[in-house]
Amino acid sequence: MAMFELTGVRKSFERTEVLKGVDLDIADGEFISLVGPSGCGKSTLLRIIAGLEDQTDGSVRIGGDVVDGIRPADRNLAMVFQSYALYPHLTVFNNIAVPLRMRRLSALQRLPLVRWLVPGTRSAECGIHADVEKVAELLGMRDLLHRKPAQLSGGQRQRVAVGRAIVREPRGFLLDEPLSNLDAKLRVHMRTEIAQLHRRLAATFIYVTHDQAEAMTMSDRIAVMMDGNIIQIGSPDDVYDDPQDLRVAEFIGSPKINILEGATVGEDRALVLAGHRIPISVSEQAGRSISVGIRPEAMRLASSEGALVSGRLAHKENLGAEVLLHVDVDGQSAPVIVRLDHGGARSIRIGEMIDLTFAMEDLRLFDKAGRRVGAKAAQKELAYG
Amino acid sequence: MSTARGISLWGLLRHVLLLIAAAIVLLPFVWMIVTSLKPQSEIFLSEIRWWPERLHAVENYTKAFDRAPLMRFLLNGAIVTVTIFMLQVLIALPAAYALAKLRFWGREAVFALVLFCILIPPQATAIPVFLLFHHLGILDTYAALIVPFTISAFGIFLMRQFFMTVPDDLVDAARMDGISEIGIVWRVMLPTALPALTAFGIFSIVAHWNDYFWPLIAVNSKELFTPPVGVATFRNEEAGTDYGPLMAAATIIIAPLIIAFLLAQRRFIEGITFTGMK
Ligand SMILES: Nc1ncnc2c1ncn2[C@@H]1O[C@H](COP(=O)(O)OP(=O)(O)O)[C@@H](O)[C@H]1O
Ligand SMILES: [Mg+2]
Repeated sequence: MAMFELTGVRKSFERTEVLKGVDLDIADGEFISLVGPSGCGKSTLLRIIAGLEDQTDGSVRIGGDVVDGIRPADRNLAMVFQSYALYPHLTVFNNIAVPLRMRRLSALQRLPLVRWLVPGTRSAECGIHADVEKVAELLGMRDLLHRKPAQLSGGQRQRVAVGRAIVREPRGFLLDEPLSNLDAKLRVHMRTEIAQLHRRLAATFIYVTHDQAEAMTMSDRIAVMMDGNIIQIGSPDDVYDDPQDLRVAEFIGSPKINILEGATVGEDRALVLAGHRIPISVSEQAGRSISVGIRPEAMRLASSEGALVSGRLAHKENLGAEVLLHVDVDGQSAPVIVRLDHGGARSIRIGEMIDLTFAMEDLRLFDKAGRRVGAKAAQKELAYG
Repeated sequence: MSTARGISLWGLLRHVLLLIAAAIVLLPFVWMIVTSLKPQSEIFLSEIRWWPERLHAVENYTKAFDRAPLMRFLLNGAIVTVTIFMLQVLIALPAAYALAKLRFWGREAVFALVLFCILIPPQATAIPVFLLFHHLGILDTYAALIVPFTISAFGIFLMRQFFMTVPDDLVDAARMDGISEIGIVWRVMLPTALPALTAFGIFSIVAHWNDYFWPLIAVNSKELFTPPVGVATFRNEEAGTDYGPLMAAATIIIAPLIIAFLLAQRRFIEGITFTGMK
């Protein structure tokens, strides 16, 4: 049984509809990423799961129970915010202890001074102390416990926010762009740490990000959101290799997938691309324009006879392990990006003509509306795409 | 150049101008203190004497304490101002939190009303409030001095503006941690708002410590007089033209405020710059 089940979740703010009927099942212990451009409704969806926002329509179940109308604290979820949202007036220790104190102590036991007169406070505080220490140990921040948030670096604050989330062992973790306030290097490091934390805790993680690389590197499954809808959901490989929508293809992968303008022609509905007839049969009527997606790493250099696309080399990006070629192709608005291994295309200079080829099975075809279109090789019955 | 020589010409001029302005503001105050040290015979001299030839401080100050229950006035002042401030906080903080962080129908309209209330001078409502208190039978009590000021529209406005700058995420984090809405006001918003609250506290306490108008109307019994009213009647009834003790009494009732301000000066300035009220 799924740990989280969202059915037909809609949300409107005043007149604008931000979520347009989201269905999502998340398994127990899964690491799922909600990824999409900013403003597509990821945070809103996460806040609805958390109970911080009420949905306009639809329902949310957690562990089989409908939680609509249940207070955030009673849903037993923890959340890590982009801004970390630490209590500025409390030390790291007390920041992490707050969720425990709210659960384990009565209102009277939380009052200043009076609390020590209530029986049981001291032993409860001892338990809290031990649990906070354990979390601090796990996250390697024992020596920070007595500092205030203002005295911490961004990475340390982020760690405290994670500590505050894991200390009460919730049913699930909701993370809203927890890494986007960190510098690039730390971000890459924290990706690994969060993935390891997920493995160690074996809890459900719902991770919101606009950074497709974060989603690709950490998740069991990725849900790609656009304009208030989840348009594709699957493993990172699925989403990368088999995008069902042009927007997914363009959003996932860096550098971006090349989109070339093509068309179907003739009775056999062959594909015409940059003046070349590609021997495949598209399952779309003849005369339609087709967006042809080819990943940069699927592009290869070719001899001039075997060229399917040719253009002029406009720019070369040497990234060390790989080289990115930007090729201007006649009739295409954006340059075609070609990714080669280290040392590739050393002899080609800027401004020279360059011939490119690709395998037929690496083509991803989309119709005008951006939906995926099937294709098969003209002769063989081999289906791909 | 200015750093090399310490002060530039413009810097010097600026300081001279500021000093003159400060002197104009401080002069009556200094004169009050000097007068409180003089014997009667030196007060009405035609020449300006900055320091008395014969120091009469002890006599003037003991006379001030003898002739009027100054300690009682000071105590009344403390009771009234501190109670007013505490009640103002008790009401303004939850109200400001609701106006800043909760979404409810009519919120903007309510906030507009709060702004409107700031514009109403207390003198305008004095007579209706007086009549109301007369009917309630609470004139001439501490309640009459305190109750009209417990809801401070200015306090609500000031704290609301400050709360607007507190990130929503912090409030949401508190909700996730299980803190109730009213708990958020006192455990999360109050500690983060301390600078703003200090600034408001000083405005409130100074205003009500120095208030002359309302206590004059609301109370008749001498035991309930606040310092300004007490000293004013002291002049009318007891002192006549005996200005030495009168100025001594005036100095005494101002002293607590000055001392409090000096102690809280740094926080006060922090608070004002923090709330952008400069
Ligand atoms: N409280 C709110 N009131 C009005 N509009 C909102 C509110 N919260 C979010 N929105 C709008 O909803 C849309 C989605 O926001 P959000 O879920 O934060 O996007 P994301 O996290 O994907 O960047 C945005 O256009 C945003 O302006
Ligand atoms: Mg967001």
